[in-house]
Amino acid sequence: MVIAMKLYWNYFLMELKSQMQYKASFFLTALGQFITAFTTFFGIRFLFDRIHGVDRFTYGQVLLCFAVIMMSFALGEMAGGGLAVFPDLLREGELDRILVRPRSILLQIVMPNMDFSRLGLLAQALLVLCAAIPASKVAWTPEKALVLLLMVLCGSVIFFCLFLLVASVAFFTLQSFEFLNIFTYGMRDFGRYPLSVYGEEMLKLLTFVIPLALIQYYPLLYLLDQAEGIRYAAAPLFSLLFVLPSAALYRLGVRNYKSAGS
Amino acid sequence: MIEFTDISKTYRVAKRQAGMKHAVASFFSREYSEIHALQNVSFSIDDGEMVGYIGPNGAGKSTTIKIMCGILTPDAGTCVVNGRIPYRERVRHVREIGVVFGQRSQLWWDVPVMDSFDLIRDIYRVDEALYRKNVAELTELLELGELLKTPVRTLSLGQRMRCEIAASLLHDPKVLFLDEPTIGLDAVSKLAVRAFIRRLNEEKKTTVVLTTHDMQDIEALTERVLLIGRGSILSDGRLEDLKKRIPERKTMVIEYQGAPPALHPKMTQAEHPSDGRMTVRFDPSRLSVSTAIAHFAAHTTLLDVSVSDISTEEMVAKLYQEYRL
Amino acid sequence: MKAEMNVYVSMFRIRFAHNLQYRSAVLGAILKGYLWAMMEVLGYLAIYRTGGGALPMEFSATASYVWAHQSFLVLFSVVFADSEIYSAIRSGAVVYDLARPVGLYGKWFCQSASNRLSFALVNCLPVLLLGAVTPKPYGLILPSVTQLAFFVVSALLAFCVTVAVAMLMYVSLFYFISQRGIRIIVRVVTSFFSGGVIPLLFFPKPLQRVIRVLPFAAMQNMPLQIFCGTIRGTNAAKGIVFQMFWLLILILAGSAAMKTATKKVVSLGG
Repeated sequence: MVIAMKLYWNYFLMELKSQMQYKASFFLTALGQFITAFTTFFGIRFLFDRIHGVDRFTYGQVLLCFAVIMMSFALGEMAGGGLAVFPDLLREGELDRILVRPRSILLQIVMPNMDFSRLGLLAQALLVLCAAIPASKVAWTPEKALVLLLMVLCGSVIFFCLFLLVASVAFFTLQSFEFLNIFTYGMRDFGRYPLSVYGEEMLKLLTFVIPLALIQYYPLLYLLDQAEGIRYAAAPLFSLLFVLPSAALYRLGVRNYKSAGS
Repeated sequence: MIEFTDISKTYRVAKRQAGMKHAVASFFSREYSEIHALQNVSFSIDDGEMVGYIGPNGAGKSTTIKIMCGILTPDAGTCVVNGRIPYRERVRHVREIGVVFGQRSQLWWDVPVMDSFDLIRDIYRVDEALYRKNVAELTELLELGELLKTPVRTLSLGQRMRCEIAASLLHDPKVLFLDEPTIGLDAVSKLAVRAFIRRLNEEKKTTVVLTTHDMQDIEALTERVLLIGRGSILSDGRLEDLKKRIPERKTMVIEYQGAPPALHPKMTQAEHPSDGRMTVRFDPSRLSVSTAIAHFAAHTTLLDVSVSDISTEEMVAKLYQEYRL
Repeated sequence: MKAEMNVYVSMFRIRFAHNLQYRSAVLGAILKGYLWAMMEVLGYLAIYRTGGGALPMEFSATASYVWAHQSFLVLFSVVFADSEIYSAIRSGAVVYDLARPVGLYGKWFCQSASNRLSFALVNCLPVLLLGAVTPKPYGLILPSVTQLAFFVVSALLAFCVTVAVAMLMYVSLFYFISQRGIRIIVRVVTSFFSGGVIPLLFFPKPLQRVIRVLPFAAMQNMPLQIFCGTIRGTNAAKGIVFQMFWLLILILAGSAAMKTATKKVVSLGG
């Protein structure tokens, strides 16, 4: 286990070293990510200059949602965004190289494709979070802080799984589908409002199919004292069940690749 | 060591035709065709053997290699390497094999070669002492020296290939698969790579399976040659035996004075005579070399004679023709 | 000139056929456009429910704006998968292009226009149609014939302005090493200031005064506003003149910059 960790740490360093070879490029990309997040933020800001809330949520509370989703997304994409190279790996046969090494296939793809320029996005999300923590008027307690942490951490797992699901489709199609962006970038964009605003049905969909509401809407209710009970506080933990179908599709994909070739 | 029994593999590919009409039509309904990459292929390779695997493009070479490496699962048949089924026990299997894909790199592009080696050491969990010993040995044999400190992107193709081969041997694999290891290399690098592989096979008794289009690789390295075409093994044996399958395998070049001499009835002309030179071919089992020389000596004033076997290149081209590949 | 045009036409045909080939990708793109627009409309619905009176656009106009925006996303995006151009710049293969008797500006302009158009033709209209058949209040409301005519002209101009801005970006790539960084920054800036994140009408008043005269306003902002009816009649005509003005400037600036940049490439010897 320790040796394995060391390996992936080395992978990580190797990648950091490679990306740092092109410093200007790295910082420009990180800057781009930073600005991207900012325009989304201003999109919300300008709207809420004119109106003062959406449904029963104030601007500050919407910001909290936005910050949680952005941080989750930034972390999840930093690890999983690189999986977007999957179709290329498959088409160019690079996956073969990975298959002849005695290590986890997934980690061999994830580690070298870590994208540290996402730190720009993370930095922006952190700024918004700092603003949202007082602005949301939440009566903060240690428990609530823990729930907030869970929201972000479980959220990044969900986003990672979404990236994995999307990438795994390439096993069967050998190409990436723009359509699937709706499950990754789309979820980031839609998650900027509390998910209940999209209506009952959509909320159900985002609870039971893609459990985004479990890391956003339900724990938010708990933070705002609009709902009580461990069910709401621990909702992020339940969202982790999403790992199962994601891993299953990925495994099926590997099996398919090994029997169909490319 | 390697047992390949009755392996078959079929791919399904969508048919595509040119033209706007077909593009629109195939949007709505699509036809598929099946490609039989391998059909009931069987062979076995012993410990320490060095085998050349040849055949035209698309014959099934890389499918075979991929099955042996555990990358592909066959549709039917079984493949056992080192007592394991590669595609079932991928991780344990690949720990004991080395693979070089000539067209692809396993080294990290932007960092010095040595950093890649270190990472490969971690990937294969090579014991530190063994790793040091192997790096020292490989550095000496493949003359890596300064290259180890250089980022891969600045290496020439020949230098890179030497590093690639070293990288695939750091963990002392029992079997080495080389998929076109000399493709695109200059003459000096080719010689260096061949010499190294031969030495590896002799000294460490590593089993080597080599695919190539360069027949000089085969001549220099392998005793045994597997010829594959359209998904089946067409021949399996020594290079010399393969040559014997070509009837007209002797080539004779003569230089003469005066008019071109008539041919012996058991000869065919390979090139038109010009400037007092003529090239002919014949089957040595039907016409002995001495009779052939005597024939020309009787019909013209011979200035020079040279006799050679058909080159491997030509032989393979003939075999492909014979099997209509 | 005619022979040159033929090259572009056949390039477009190949591209179009290529895009059709991946039918699941096409259907997927349509579905994505539909769902994405729908989610955005739902979001706006909630906002209007809470305090819609304070917003400067009717809800139906906003909904139409969202639908049209999603439908023409590719047509109006500055950064698109013009992979041939990016790799020509990156690999230095652009010197071969310079050796050909076709102007590089014209060639790339047509190339990126045809890339977007061939993709958009397959994907756009179905989304718009789906939006039109979606019931009130979620769907879009088709504009009057006059507005539609203004829209077509304005959309065409916005498309050209978009490509012209993309051309400026390609030129800048001769100077910057980081294609990815530049692409991200250009994408986000152009999208934000042309009304890709929220309609420009939602921006604060003082900011609007500045943004309205920038070239970005001549991009998707104009046709989308004409489509949803927030710019009508004479104002639409004025807007079209405004777009023509920027198109002219951008093409002149782009081709001049291209000349300077390619001189640099040639003098460096590729």
